[in-house]
Amino acid sequence: MRKIEPILAILVAAAMIVAAIAAPWLRFVLTIALAKGIAVMGILLLLRAGQVSFGHALYIAFGAYTVAFLAPRFGDAMILLPLAALGAGVLGLLIGLFVTRYRQIFFGMLNLAMAMVFYSLLEKLYAITKGSDGIRVEIMPIAGQALERVTYEWTIFGIALGLAFVLGFLLRLYLASPMGEALAGIKTRETRLEFMGVPARGVLLSAYVMSAVLGGIGGALIAMTSRHVTPLLSYWTSSGELVFIAILGGAGGVLGPFLGAAAYELVRVYAAASFADAWQMILGSVLLLVILFAPGGLWGMAARAIGGRGR
Amino acid sequence: MTTTLSRREALVAGFGGVMLPATLSAQPAQKPAELKIGVTTFLSGPASVFGVPSRKACEMLIDQLNAAGGIAGVPVRAFFVDEAPGTDHLVGEIRRLVQSEGVHVLFQSISSGSCLACTPLSRELSKLMLLWDCGTQRIFEENRYEYAFRTQGYGTSEVLAPLLYLLKHKPDFRTVAVLNQDYAWGRDSWELWKTAMDALKPGVRVVAEMFPRFGSTDFSTEITRLLALRPDVILSTSWGGELVTFVRQATERRLHERSIFVLPVAEASMQILGRSMPEGHIIGTRGDHWNNHPAPKDPAAFNAFVNAYRQRFNEYPIYPCHHMAQAVWALKAGLEKAVAAKNGAWPSDAELAAAFRGLTFPTPTSTITLREDGQGLEDQIVGLSSFNDRFPFAVPKDMMLYPGASVSAPVGQKSTDWLKTLQPSVVQTAGRSI
Amino acid sequence: MAEWFQDNGLLLGLALLDGLSSAGLIFLVAVGLNLVFGVLRIVNVAHGSLYAIGAYAAASIGIFLAGLGLPDWASIPTLVLSAALVGAILGPLIERFLLRRIYAQEEVVQLLVTFALFMILEDVQKLIWGVQPIHHDTAMKYLGTIDVPFGADFIPFTNYQLFVLPGFAVVTLAGLAWFLRRTLTGRVIVAVTTDREAATAMGIDAAKVFLLTFTFGAMLAALGGALSSPTAALVPGIGAQTIVLSFAVVATAGLGQIEGAALTSLMMGLGRSVAVYFEPELEVVVPYIIMVLVLLVRPQGLFGVIETRRV
Repeated sequence: MRKIEPILAILVAAAMIVAAIAAPWLRFVLTIALAKGIAVMGILLLLRAGQVSFGHALYIAFGAYTVAFLAPRFGDAMILLPLAALGAGVLGLLIGLFVTRYRQIFFGMLNLAMAMVFYSLLEKLYAITKGSDGIRVEIMPIAGQALERVTYEWTIFGIALGLAFVLGFLLRLYLASPMGEALAGIKTRETRLEFMGVPARGVLLSAYVMSAVLGGIGGALIAMTSRHVTPLLSYWTSSGELVFIAILGGAGGVLGPFLGAAAYELVRVYAAASFADAWQMILGSVLLLVILFAPGGLWGMAARAIGGRGR
Repeated sequence: MTTTLSRREALVAGFGGVMLPATLSAQPAQKPAELKIGVTTFLSGPASVFGVPSRKACEMLIDQLNAAGGIAGVPVRAFFVDEAPGTDHLVGEIRRLVQSEGVHVLFQSISSGSCLACTPLSRELSKLMLLWDCGTQRIFEENRYEYAFRTQGYGTSEVLAPLLYLLKHKPDFRTVAVLNQDYAWGRDSWELWKTAMDALKPGVRVVAEMFPRFGSTDFSTEITRLLALRPDVILSTSWGGELVTFVRQATERRLHERSIFVLPVAEASMQILGRSMPEGHIIGTRGDHWNNHPAPKDPAAFNAFVNAYRQRFNEYPIYPCHHMAQAVWALKAGLEKAVAAKNGAWPSDAELAAAFRGLTFPTPTSTITLREDGQGLEDQIVGLSSFNDRFPFAVPKDMMLYPGASVSAPVGQKSTDWLKTLQPSVVQTAGRSI
Repeated sequence: MAEWFQDNGLLLGLALLDGLSSAGLIFLVAVGLNLVFGVLRIVNVAHGSLYAIGAYAAASIGIFLAGLGLPDWASIPTLVLSAALVGAILGPLIERFLLRRIYAQEEVVQLLVTFALFMILEDVQKLIWGVQPIHHDTAMKYLGTIDVPFGADFIPFTNYQLFVLPGFAVVTLAGLAWFLRRTLTGRVIVAVTTDREAATAMGIDAAKVFLLTFTFGAMLAALGGALSSPTAALVPGIGAQTIVLSFAVVATAGLGQIEGAALTSLMMGLGRSVAVYFEPELEVVVPYIIMVLVLLVRPQGLFGVIETRRV
């Protein structure tokens, strides 16, 4: 299965490009899906260690607000993306130093608390953040090129797709490395790791910082795509959504988050279009069905269909 | 995904958007088989108390219009989208409505956040947008839009009118406390109020500024503090469940005997509060469409709307229903004007939008003019809560009507700058008793 | 400092009175969540939905019975009975048909199942009760108010909030403590909370304990909702607001600790009401600050027991 994954990734990417050409509004939805997929890779990383962050929307919101705040000053996507990633990484390090002392529910709930504090700050510091009205992000030049809207949207789509490939590839390398294997060790028996002289907290912290960086990049891309940021990005339901996508896609491979994000966004769009009153019920039911009847998520289904092993 | 690709509409719209040069879309427009309206409103979450009634009103009016042959001979069809999931979803939905469903006009949003995020799309998609309910003054004061118009009043008028009423009705107050929801409208409306109050009656002391979390279900701590502080006036621009909870908890503890409430968005909650609403407090309705309006311009039309709504849904319409109706009536007036300007031919998107600038359209209670910057001028009626035999809930008495133009910042001026220039004498000249 | 107390001592006294009633409500909801987590090891996101449904059901049953001519005094027992009814119906339904299928799965999957349930129940509430605020305040009105002296002035408090809410919390706390320590069923629950494997090895029927505990937790959530209904207008979304706070209580209290939940609720209730008086902008973040501070000092929660590290 691991060998098929790159081929499958290219097929999925091709399908996305075709869909984005066929319907311009899908290009928007798919860019958001790619951005969320990148952020969900961070969730995947922590899931490897058996930890669930129920507050990762914090890093998405942080990345998005970084773009919104700095766009008027350093208005170039090529500067803002690394800045958002760096900022989220630093924030992830600060918070990570604290939260990686905890496991299981404490880890999850502390992350949730951090995200909710950030959410409250975005709402409370009205003079700076404009509260729930949010901040508009104008079309910005990319690598010094001022772009017209459609070209801009295609470029962001392209950047998101490119980043998805590069980051997905790096994540695969990382997970296969000793550091990545140690993560799985935290999940099974942390004490054994320490007997082997591996500092479990250090391993988890580095994974946490990476997941924060991925969240920051995802958030920056979301801000550049939807071009309006609001505090809702860091509300707890948004964090839940990220975990939702991770499980929907399946935690087996790095392609999972992207399958999950695309499926999630499309289901949501179609549910909203067909049942504007009850889209939550549809989404919830889809999630339940996947968990109960397709435990490996979409990735697991794909794996079974091809005949390989999901994990 | 497969369903998308198999949908012919999506394909046509999709390839059209990508492959045709932009100039082609300005070609003479064909008269469509149906006029499609994309409506964004809250269908879930706390603000669905506004969203769902407005949707009902929209569906009712469209049925009425279609029974009478549609607008300019074209039947109307609405597509509803929930605002609640957040702006990244909503922005995508607006694109879908335009590019996949092929809507001709968008009725946009209750939340100011949604409006700020989505109104720029009117420019990008070159589609007519009628902002049917959101109140933020930032929309037209910070930007100019060719395709966007607000078919109702806005925050500035909706806060200034109750303030003017208070200054006339109870001119000798010295202290004020505020209890608003912690989100943009709560903060903005307080800033507008404070700015205007400092200009019109300098020296009033603000004894408490409280912005409890949006969606709070208990205000007993805030009420205790207000009971202890005994401010002369308590302003709250809250709405929905929060206003109902606040008024009930406050009246139970007799806060209304110590202070006068000013509730600019009260009307939508009066039916639910029923007899729990205390009498003699200042209530507003974000416009002039009170159920007991003593002198609507067209009483027959007003009663027809109210009665039809009551008959179909077994409740009185609340102000979001009227705001939705205003958008529908504006669309009718604007489209008919655009069609007439082309001698019966169907207008392009640009021609349709142009017809709305300066448009004056009738409402059952008055007329609304969409001025140069796109902002609508809606009259404001404020009064004191009271009970009579006709309604099982509080309605205003001693009403004052403030014409829209008199309580709106002039075109090109920011509301907060304009409010600072107000003179105390305005209190005596603004508005008239009705 | 002394001067500050002279100026603000009376206000602080008022803040304490307010804090008690809000602490009572927080406790009722959080203790159910904590109990369920202790036994089932599932963070039940749908606990918030049970709270909301309890509130709605109590209001509608109250309105219905009032229409039949029920005397006003009976409105308070009606609140309790409606909550018991909601818990007794929904609790077993959810446990039997949903949770039982996923006990063997990973924590994150269990969390998500309840998240999906939460989304579905949000729309179910909307379908049943509509979107307009519902209120039924006979219980609050019937008990009237009491004037609390405040310097030369007096402040009316509702008896319902001043006595009934904290009273129910105290009775629940005492009842739970007695039940868990003195009855056989209670001791079995404690045994499962402390060490599930050992307990089942000793022949305890875990399935029965799970069903019982979850139903009981559901009743407590519904009771929290029902008791809040006389003072609050019920609108869509109240469940989402409640659950986050309860999460914070559970993590701060220590898993499965009822005394911990009581103390935490008290700190959070008092902290919030003091904030409203002296620094209203901090009110929202107070619970999270308390949580972070407590976990800094006691990583296993206030009353939590450090789990033995398994090798």
